[in-house]
Parts: sequence; structure tokens; C-alpha cells
Amino acid sequence: MTVPRQTCEIFLSINGQQRTICAHPMERLLDVLRHQLALTGAKEGCGEGECGSCSVLIDGVLVNSCLVPILQASGTEITTIEGLAQGTRLHALQKAFLDCGGAQCGICTPGMVLASYHLLSRKPNPTDDEIREFLAGNLCRCTGYAQIIEAVAQAAQPAGAEK
Amino acid sequence: MTPQRIVGTSVPRKEGHDKVTGKAVYIDDMSLPGMLYGATVRSRVPRGNIARISFGAGINWSEFVIVSARDIPGHNCIALITDDQPCLADGVVNHPEEPILLLAHPNQHALTKAVQAVNIGYEPLPPIFTIEASDRQDRIIWGTDNTFKRFLIEKGDVEAVWAKADYIVEGEYTTGAQEQLYIENNGVIASFDPDRGITLWGSLQCPYYVHKALMKLCALPEDKVRVVQTETGGAFGGKEEYPSMIASHAALLAIKSRRPVKIVYDRMEDMAATTKRHPSRTRHRTAVSRDGKILGGEIEFVIDGGAYTTLSPVVLSRGTIHAGGPYYWPSVRIRSRAVATNAPPHGAFRGFGAPQSLFAMERHMDRIAATIGISPVEVRRRNFLKTGQTTTTDQVVNEPIDLNRLLDRGLELAGYDLKKKRFSAENTSTTRRGIGIAAFLHGAGFTGSGERYLASVVGVEGLADGQVRVLVSSTEFGQGTKTVLCQVAAETLGLAYADVAIAQPDTQEVPNSGPTVASRTVMVVGKLVQSAAEGLRQTLITAGLPKDYSREQFREACARYVQQHGTLKSIAKYEAPPGIFWDDEKYRGEAYAAYAWAVYIAQVAVDLITYDVTVDDFVALQEVGRVLHPVLARGQITGGVAQGMGYALYEKVVWENGRMQNGQMTNYIMPTSADLPSIRVHFEELGNIHGAFGAKGIGELPMDGPAPAIVNAVEDALGVRFDRIPLLAEDIFTAVSSAPAAGDARTPQGAR
Repeated sequence: MTVPRQTCEIFLSINGQQRTICAHPMERLLDVLRHQLALTGAKEGCGEGECGSCSVLIDGVLVNSCLVPILQASGTEITTIEGLAQGTRLHALQKAFLDCGGAQCGICTPGMVLASYHLLSRKPNPTDDEIREFLAGNLCRCTGYAQIIEAVAQAAQPAGAEK
Repeated sequence: MTPQRIVGTSVPRKEGHDKVTGKAVYIDDMSLPGMLYGATVRSRVPRGNIARISFGAGINWSEFVIVSARDIPGHNCIALITDDQPCLADGVVNHPEEPILLLAHPNQHALTKAVQAVNIGYEPLPPIFTIEASDRQDRIIWGTDNTFKRFLIEKGDVEAVWAKADYIVEGEYTTGAQEQLYIENNGVIASFDPDRGITLWGSLQCPYYVHKALMKLCALPEDKVRVVQTETGGAFGGKEEYPSMIASHAALLAIKSRRPVKIVYDRMEDMAATTKRHPSRTRHRTAVSRDGKILGGEIEFVIDGGAYTTLSPVVLSRGTIHAGGPYYWPSVRIRSRAVATNAPPHGAFRGFGAPQSLFAMERHMDRIAATIGISPVEVRRRNFLKTGQTTTTDQVVNEPIDLNRLLDRGLELAGYDLKKKRFSAENTSTTRRGIGIAAFLHGAGFTGSGERYLASVVGVEGLADGQVRVLVSSTEFGQGTKTVLCQVAAETLGLAYADVAIAQPDTQEVPNSGPTVASRTVMVVGKLVQSAAEGLRQTLITAGLPKDYSREQFREACARYVQQHGTLKSIAKYEAPPGIFWDDEKYRGEAYAAYAWAVYIAQVAVDLITYDVTVDDFVALQEVGRVLHPVLARGQITGGVAQGMGYALYEKVVWENGRMQNGQMTNYIMPTSADLPSIRVHFEELGNIHGAFGAKGIGELPMDGPAPAIVNAVEDALGVRFDRIPLLAEDIFTAVSSAPAAGDARTPQGAR
């Protein structure tokens, strides 16, 4: 690389744990998660913020981690797919994705589940159209989205509420 | 027959927990100690001789492992059908993005710059980019006539029908390339050890294809090549043959460097360099009687294969056999060919030739209807294949399929008659609505004698702890292979679903159950798993297990058997069902052991300000034999329909000099959740004697129908004919702006 690989120290919280990262300030959050922290649930599908498979939450807000320089994440709280289940107990969304067939090949699933999580945190009972609109930034080539939308709707039910 | 406990229920996906928690390990999630990263130096010209290669300044080349064609230990080819495709170009390139050199380095970032610093000088040769240019043969770029493969199907006396025809209806239909666009790009890791040979982990559909290719490339015996499939993030045919290429590259770098090498493409490289659906052109000339019956006809089906053979002959075969649709042709002549152009080779993509020729057939049925003045419903009704009649290859339809009943149910589900009336009354505003039908079939399993040649083998194994494991090379890439094959084994053995596991596909561990393609896994491999499981059950019963055993008794008997004999394994090998006849020369006979049948109905709205097409409703009704897992089966249909909608309305590969210009998700547009309607999926279940518990193939079928149904609906909405996909807003704008007055719009061309 022509860019000197100068690193800086960055403090952030990942899935509830305080971490100190040593990285070039422009290193992508996605690479830090995957390579330094071995959190490989976030995937790189396009590297340009189109597919959403690298989605994570920064302070509860959905972002494409391939577009976030690590410096920008300094001092924030990051949630990745690895942080969603409580021990062995799946989050209602994860369970619903399993039950409804929302995960096929699984590569978009971590991002899709986190996007759905973000939606339900803002809007606990979305309509199908609202789900469709909200998830439009996360591409899935397997399902045609039908069973993903059903999964989100199922998780939003009061019985499945555990958000 | 006893009711089934597991088959037919929606048990949890075997690897589902790992997928929803982010624990599933895909190739790019793996890393090996001392691993290098690999990259590919590719051709920037479509065709030419390589005059010189030089390594630019500013790079410390001594840090890089560099591999060229000269480093190949065995044959410089990607072994498949014809070994014409080099692994690395040696002196000559035949398409843009053709691999020339390989580089490896410990730092992934160092590679991008190094790839750009390799200077390759070319002596350009004149390229060809279209079917028409290939056909002219004024430049020969492949073989003696630019043709990879030809087929001829002849049934009855076509020449005799033209004189009897009340109408002769002609049409030409074309389809574009389509990118598979799995969200996980192609990727592999190779390692090499002089004693143990090559181990290859990768995102792939067919471990034994890669195994065969690496043996030939590296001149290694069977036991010195091991191929392991890692969790695969979508494939759709795009990881059928291409993984042999990327695996070969990683293997060469690993052999030379003696270190593990990872190659994972980025999106742009994956889209530009790997295979896509074949572009096609189909011409129909059909003799039709006054009452709308097909008397006979000629079909010419041509696909653009790109620069090398790869799978084009087989894609062509399926497209050719499906070209006549689900209709009875008293006589027909189908000529087809796969031609060479200087584009990267086109390859497998869900449907495999059938979506192309069926698009043409189903558009042509609407044209026939318009020509003779009957409805799109009626023209199909009058020509549907019936049980006892023969297909274009003279295969007698033995299945008790009633396509008229299927159509009736589809029309009812869609509310067709009412909508049709309402739309023609209401279509005066700036939004025009229309409704379109596609009726089609899809053959399950390999074509003709294919399954006999494959001679697939599966195993079912009892383990020391009393658990059972299915051994197949059939791969999971989202469709549910693992789940359904475990269901079949558990059902056969009378065990619980949780008692059965499935091995990771690893050529050192599992037999060759054939490639995971052609909608064959549940039907063909599933049936073999059923008989291997039955063999295991019989072995234990012979060894003293009571016939009405409980799960616990089975577990004990299994554990005891393994303790006493060392192993408990039951193997089943494919045997062609009796009475199946196929003539490879004349292309006649039983093309497929079973067909799935379908009627799809699309309802669209065309906005006359933006020329945008919205699919408002979609009914997908199909007969796929017994549905073994309702949730997975429905997921296959909705996913396939979504890809079909993309094929029809969004997904355009923009070519310039044989190179894809829009190889990004920003400018190659696939459907998002906001673009799709709810897709209404319905199944009829007739069963099938050839498949596990009555299953047929399902995976590819839903790719065939959406494009013609949608384009038929757009024509219905606008009264303007469209015979080319993808059909983008700008195409509709152009056509509508230049269309003749409404009254003339339906005058069919070529009608007599």
C-alpha cells in the first residue's frame, strides 16, 4: 500500500464488551471485525454498500460496515450477529428466521436479521409493506424475500416479543 | 402405505442454527497458518496473441509468488466436457478477463497494485461478439465453424404440414445474459504437501468436478487430491463449473509456494470473469389450424457459449428438449447450436437453457393466439400435452398430468377472467394493467442417458454412538440438500430427524453422488439415500434387531454392530429404471425420468409516465411430485420466481468488446424486497415412482415461467409486442413511442 500503515488506538464496545483496537484509522470496520476480532458473521458481498450483508448496528443504528472507517466507530457501541442470542437462547428474530425459512444459503442472514432487529426496535409492529421497504437495502438472492418478511412479522408478534 | 412422520413436514434446517447466529463458516471466514493471498492477472483484450509480459517498476517482485502456464505440472486445461479451456492462457487469449498469470503474497493489499503493474503486450486479433457474427463464419475463432455443439430433433413429417396450415406464425425471441449474483463470491483455499498432495476447500456445488480438474491439471492420482466443500453462500449454477478454475489457480500457487493460498474474488472480478446465463436467440415457424391447433413447426434455438466449450453442449441439450414447451407437436424439427464468441464463457445458471427456449415458446403461444384470434388461455388448452401423447423427443407422457385442470386452477387462483375484463375496461389512465400466462415443464435429473453415465453412489453409515450419517457429495447451498436427505434417511430408518446427520462433502469421506445440479438431488440422490438406508436397516435386522424396533433398540443394535464389525455402511448405486430408452444420436426417447409441470400467472401495471413495470400479483402453481418439506419447497419457488422477475425486468448485462461494463451491484440491478409482490405459491402433488417418497425435481422449474408470464402481461397491458428480455423501462418507452396506432398494434408479423 502507498498509504503508510500508521495505526491508532480506538476504544469501542462490541456486543457489550469494551475493546481496544489498534488499526489504521481508515481500516474498514468490516475488516476489523472479521480479521482482528474473529467476528466473521458480517460478510462482504459487494464492498460498496449495496448488498447489506456486512450490516451491523452502531449505537443501535444499521450501517454497512464495509463503508465505515474504524475511526468513525470510536467510542460507539457495536452489535454484530454474534451478540444477538442470549447464550444458547436465540433471539425471537433468529428463531423466526429458522421457523419460516428466512435463511437459505445464509450469507445475507446475519445482515438481514440485524436489519430486521433495527426495524423492530423502531417499529414494533410493522406492516408487510413497511418490512419490504425497510429491508430493501439488504439483498437476498435465494428467498424472494417472502419467508424473510414472514419471519419478521412472526417475530413482531406479541407472543414472540423479546426485543 | 404407512403415513410418513418426517417426510412432508417442515423440520428445522440442519445447518440453520449456525446460519442465523453467524457461526456458519464460509470460505472467506477460514484462514490457515502461513496462508498467502492469491490474485489473477487477466486479459484486457477480447482476442489476441500475447507478445510480451513485463513486470513494472515500483514493486518488489521477489516478494511475490508468480505462476504462469509453464508452471503447470500436468495438462493446461480445466477438465470438463472438452478440454479446450486453458487454466492459464499460453500465448493466446480468447476473451476479456482470461487468466494469464497468478500472483500470491502474504499481504492482500499488496496484490491489487501488483496485478496492475504487470504489463502485457498483445497483438490483437479480430474478435466476434454476437451470435450473428459467429454464424457468418468470416472469422473462425473456435474449431472449424465456431460451433461447440449442434442438436437435431425430428418428429413426424414437418414438410407435409405447411400446405395444410391455415396460419403460419413466425417469431424471433431473444434473451440476454444473466448473472447468478450469489451474495458470496467465488472463493477457495488450497494447500499442498508433497506426500499428501492437494487439499482444496471452497465455495462450490460439485466437489468431484473440482477433484477431476485438479487431478488432470496437477498430474496427481485420485488419492492425492482432496476437495472439501465449505458452507456455500448461494450458487444457482454459478458454482457448478467455475470453481474448477479458481481451485486450479489456488492449487498452482500452493504447489509453487508450498504455502496455503486463499483466492476470494471481489464482486467486480466475480461478475466480470465468471460464467453467466447464455444469451439466446430462438426462431419459431409454426403451422396452425384454424381452430388453434399446432400442426407442426420448426424451431431454431441458438445460444452464445462464449470463448470455450465449458457446459454449453449440456445447456444446449436441455434448452433444445424444452423448446417445444408442454404442448403436443404432431411434427416438429428443432435445430439448435451453441456458438463461440469472444466473451467469457457462459455457463450453468438455474434452468440451464430451458428459461431461454421456454421464454420463446410461451411468447410464441401468445403470438399464435393473437394471429388466429383466440385467447391466450384457449390456445394453450387446445395444445396441451396429454397423458399417452408424445413429447418432441417421442417420449410417451406416462404421468397422469392434467394440464387443463392445472390451468383452470391457476386461472381461478389469479382471478384471471375477472381481471382480464376489468383491465381492458379500465386501461385508459396513465397506468395500464395486464395479465399474462406461462405454462411450462421442467425435466428432473440429467438429460437422456446422463444419469446412467453418472452412476451416482451414496452411503448411509451407522456410527459407534448409534447415530446415523448420510454420505453424499451432494452439496448444500441454500436449497436444503442436508435437511431433505436427512429427512429421507430418518423416515426410511424409522428414526427421529435428529438421529440422522450428514457428512460435510469431502472427497476423502464421501462417495460421488454426482453433481448438485439439474434438479436431481431430491429425486435421484434422495431415492439412493432411501435405498441405502433401507440396506442399513436390513443389515441390522439380519443381525438381530427386531422388526418393530424402537429408536433406543436401533441405537444399541447399531453401536453393537460397529463394535463387532468395525464399520456399518450401506452403499446404493444408481441403476437406470427398466424400459428407459434414449438415443444419443437421434436425440429421441425418454429425455427425463420425470417432469415437473407448472402454470404461472403474472399481473402487471405499467406506468406510462415512467414506463416502469410493477408486478402486482404472481400466482405460481406447480406439480412437483410429493413435497417433502413444505417450507423449503415454497422457498425454492419464491426464490426462483424472484430471479425470473429479475431476468425479465431488471437484470441487464451491458457488454462492450466482450467485457461486462456493469459488474457492480450498483449498476447491475437485482430485485429487492421492495420490488416484489407477494408470490402466491401452490402445489399439486401427483407423486413420482422414480423419486424419494414420490418427489420430483423442483429447484430449476420456477426460473422458467416468470419471464414469459410477465412479458405476456406487459403485452396485454399495452397492446405492444415485446420479444426480448430483459425488458427495461427504456425499451418499453422506445417501443410505445414508435408503436403504430392501437388498432394495428396486434397485427402479427409473419402471419399468413
